[in-house]
Amino acid sequence: MSTQVPEQQAEETEAEQSAQAHEQTPQQKRQDKKRERQEDAAKRLQEEEQRREMDADDTYHLKVFRFDPEVAAKQEPRFDDFYVPFEKGMTVLDALMYARDHYDSSLTFRHSCRQAVCGSDALFVNGSQRLGCQTQLSDLEEPVRIEPLPHQDVVKDLVVDMEHFYEQMHSVQPYFDPEETPEGEQRQSKENHEKIKMSTRCIWCAACMSSCNIAAGDNEYLGPAAINKAYRFAMDEREGENRMQERMEIVEQNHGVWRCQTQFSCTNVCPKDIPLTEHIQELKREAVKRNLKFW
Amino acid sequence: MSQSYNRGLVEDFGRWREFSAGMWAWIFHKFTGWVLIGYLFTHIAVLSTALQGDAAYTNTIVALESLAVVRLLEVGLLAVAVFHILNGLRLLLVDLGVGLDSQDKSFYASLVLTGAIVVASVPTFISGVF
Ligand code: HEM
Ligand code: SF4
Ligand code: FES
Repeated sequence: MSTQVPEQQAEETEAEQSAQAHEQTPQQKRQDKKRERQEDAAKRLQEEEQRREMDADDTYHLKVFRFDPEVAAKQEPRFDDFYVPFEKGMTVLDALMYARDHYDSSLTFRHSCRQAVCGSDALFVNGSQRLGCQTQLSDLEEPVRIEPLPHQDVVKDLVVDMEHFYEQMHSVQPYFDPEETPEGEQRQSKENHEKIKMSTRCIWCAACMSSCNIAAGDNEYLGPAAINKAYRFAMDEREGENRMQERMEIVEQNHGVWRCQTQFSCTNVCPKDIPLTEHIQELKREAVKRNLKFW
Repeated sequence: MSQSYNRGLVEDFGRWREFSAGMWAWIFHKFTGWVLIGYLFTHIAVLSTALQGDAAYTNTIVALESLAVVRLLEVGLLAVAVFHILNGLRLLLVDLGVGLDSQDKSFYASLVLTGAIVVASVPTFISGVF
């Protein structure tokens, strides 16, 4: 868009100049002027149409959060506008990459797989945590506002510090750790696999953690992703009862499952559709069952 | 939480426009719960005028009920109580893991039902003061 509009203006002035340069009778001049005016009007109409078309279909207006502590001009966070030519099937990540490659090579964001597998491009897009690579531009209202994940320190532009999130993930011991290892394969029943299947899909994107009001107010809260990780292993029957008890003690702690206020924001934003609230609630009930004994 | 600079509305309640159903339900439930606690004290204060005898209690009640503000506050109290009860039942179901997929719909249902009950109650509460 930024290149096309000035080009058309240049053509117009050229046409004007060549018309003025000719020696003409007053009659011809009048006729010429009239024709010019008509042509001008037609051209303006066409241009107007083009512009409307561009605004509607051909370009997408992005408003992208910019911040860089090392560049004086960008120490104050601001939003930059980018107009990206739209192609069918274009995602938010595609648009960001286009903006970076064509307009501003300093625009910084994480991405890798481009297919919702690596979990590196969770962004705050139009007020909701989403994966850039999984979000179709055509599903979004313009201007598309792209910000780094809320409730995490911004390193630069759209890049946030994930360290705290990873610490919470590690604190639930996110690895398979059975009490006894049998000879050969360690088989899991079909039913048990069905039970934990969804919880295994986490890609560590931190969208859930960023959306959670409780995690925002309580930095020590394990958060939905870590609790879901704990669920994945606690509910895995192959680990054994003692190991499950140990895992339950981790999630029952002060900043564990009981902090969850069932706001469902994590479940709403999870790009892998993991029923996070359901898993947290199940762990709560499991904790109650283990600790309350009336008989 | 970000130390480097203030991200302003990104981080705080300024995001309320982007809150989802369950987040609103939580805020309303907190609010209504605490309003009910507040009312509990008022309620006890009014009832305890009965300790000074029958006439004192009757006078207090009649005086209060003749005020339009009190009638309006009563409508508000009903709204708050009904929502808290309905959403409370919703939360109990959520705690039992029942119907988690329709948690947003049950929140909207609580709101609509509260609205309907409150509107239906207005004639009763308002009669005689306006
Ligand atoms: C049938 C009536 C009621 C039901 C079903 C009900 C249900 C509930 C439930 C399920 C919660 C827990 C919410 C959560 O999981 O976080 C709650 C919280 C609360 N309720 Fe009620 N409730 C009722 C009546 C009342 C009354 C009469 C009062 C006040 C006197 C009250 C005051 C509160 C307060 C202060 C909270 C805590 C709010 C907070 O989280 O800070 N509730 N209620
Ligand atoms: S649970 Fe979902 S939203 Fe949270 S980190 Fe894993 S994939 Fe991302
Ligand atoms: S780039 Fe890997 S999840 Fe989006």
